Amino acid sequence: MFAFILARILQAIPVLLTVAGISFALFAYVGDPIAQMLGQDFTLAQREAVVHALGLDQPLYVQYIKFVWSALHGEFGLSYRLAKPVGTLILERLPATMELAFCAAMLALCIGVPLGVYTGIRRNGALARFIMILSLIGVSLPTFLIGILLILIFAVLLGWLPSFGRGTLTVVAGYSTGLLSLSGLKALILPAITLGLFQMTLIMRLVRAEMLEVLRSDYIKFARARGLSTRAINFGHALKNTLVPVITVVGLQLGGLLAFSIVTETVFQWPGMGLLLVQSIAVADIPVMSTYLLLIAVLFVAINLTVDLLYYAVDPRLRLNRRSLTGRG
Amino acid sequence: MPLLEVENLIVEFPTRRGLLRAIDEVSFTIDPGEVLGVVGESGAGKSLTGAAIIGLLEPPGRIAGGQIRLNGARIDTLSPERMRPIRGRQIGAIFQDPLTTLNPLYSIGRQLVETMQTHLPLSDRDARERAIQWLEDVGIPAARHRIGAFPHEFSGGMRQRVVIALALCAEPRLIIADEPTTALDVSIQAQIIALLKRITREHGTAVMLVTHDMGVIAETADRVAVMYAGRIAEIGPVRDVVLTPAHPYSEGLMGSIPSLEHRVDRLRQIDGAMPRLTAIPQGCAFNPRCPKTFARCMTERPALLPAGPTRSACWLHAEAAPHV
Repeated sequence: MFAFILARILQAIPVLLTVAGISFALFAYVGDPIAQMLGQDFTLAQREAVVHALGLDQPLYVQYIKFVWSALHGEFGLSYRLAKPVGTLILERLPATMELAFCAAMLALCIGVPLGVYTGIRRNGALARFIMILSLIGVSLPTFLIGILLILIFAVLLGWLPSFGRGTLTVVAGYSTGLLSLSGLKALILPAITLGLFQMTLIMRLVRAEMLEVLRSDYIKFARARGLSTRAINFGHALKNTLVPVITVVGLQLGGLLAFSIVTETVFQWPGMGLLLVQSIAVADIPVMSTYLLLIAVLFVAINLTVDLLYYAVDPRLRLNRRSLTGRG
Repeated sequence: MPLLEVENLIVEFPTRRGLLRAIDEVSFTIDPGEVLGVVGESGAGKSLTGAAIIGLLEPPGRIAGGQIRLNGARIDTLSPERMRPIRGRQIGAIFQDPLTTLNPLYSIGRQLVETMQTHLPLSDRDARERAIQWLEDVGIPAARHRIGAFPHEFSGGMRQRVVIALALCAEPRLIIADEPTTALDVSIQAQIIALLKRITREHGTAVMLVTHDMGVIAETADRVAVMYAGRIAEIGPVRDVVLTPAHPYSEGLMGSIPSLEHRVDRLRQIDGAMPRLTAIPQGCAFNPRCPKTFARCMTERPALLPAGPTRSACWLHAEAAPHV
């Protein structure tokens, strides 16, 4: 078990170094930081002095090692746009995105999985068919359109929920959260639905397809032949067997939610990392962009590790065989 | 009183081209503790008969006529909720492929305990002890040690032993064993059949043994039913059907068993193939392949009539029987 985790972490190192290389390359190939710093009017000597002061005249690999070294120490440089340390900037924005992504994922799971099970079991029922048709909407409508429609209905026409922002925030142990105030929770509803709707329909359709597959299997037939209750068969035997593919997809989707909540955050002016990224791209704020890239890579690596550990928990066939294999015959 | 009575059972499948009759007026009985072998080619309706009895016909297949009675009470008309407690407790089932019949995510102990606790009022501890006993009984070595093992940690033969334990653990009166050895290595088949024979005799469990292996039937069954194209061609004591078959089809089947005593140059085979359900010929369904057909076989379908010690659906024996 420990060896397994260690192996996965060691495997992640080259991945992260490669992503760091791409982040590093952003500085060299996107825009010219010197020009941005010096402004319009400068002499060649001034330019060389700045280049030397920043260490940009050193060989590339030395610059790369320095970049990785400072990244490891949590130093990602200053944002060109806001003149603040990028690390602080992202840490400020991280809670907003985390909360949004977490709520969206919970919504997707808590509604998607039961609906998938239901439509799988009652595959020919009228309600199940209706849900399947509805789910097509979730799969096919683009996120920004869903967001705008929700704002139109619930914020503009009905006036029930706010259309932007995070509401009142409470700071708990240096972490600002909107989950503890009513206005914060209300502000979270529409963005979470917008972000989670696609994942929800995806999970639902996936669970349904897997359920249909598993319900046809011999071990379900045998469970029925043993007279087990319908509940034990559907939820104990069938649902658990659908979990491995579902965990894979949910893991990847959760990474996607965190990394690409850009559209939703823009529509709802949600002060998270996605919005920060969009604003930074607009002005070629390279330090923010490259740090964002690194952070997302780390998140994906962490999620994949979690997914692998969950497989391990769900499916005994993947566990290393520690028991003796006596009694083969 | 017989344990199980199947009377004029009809199973149909609605298709785009109309109703397909997969089982056509099949009748037989099984006494308590008796082993009834059911043989026939693939598609003869053997497995479907078993599925109909246990109430697990795959939709759209359905029972369209006849009765199935267990201890004299009809079970074919029970609602799914009333039928569920009968499965496992009164009628157990063993399926063909032990590699796929066990849930891969649960330990064999958990599957045994769950099955027993569904039907019997057992505490966790008692159920576990009984599970260990069952595993020992079906010949799993070091059962106490291996109760927490998962199906993938066992070989095919061992898994079929676990399946047998699972089918029997709530002590049903009847087991429907659907090709229980077909997916196993030949060397393992005899062991599993011997186990099934021993353990059902010990518990007084009746068995409906579905197979296409005449050797298994000859060795295990008390009586045998030969099925052909959804009907019973011949039914009777296994000795009579094997040694003096009355129906030309049973004769053909027996002729295809290799014999150790007599040297033969070629095994006999029945020419042709069983007709599809969509194209069952008029008269006797076996008439295109039968070496002994005469005029009546082409027009009238024979009923199951006494033919010596067995009952046979063949016009050859009509003279011996009272006219119907």
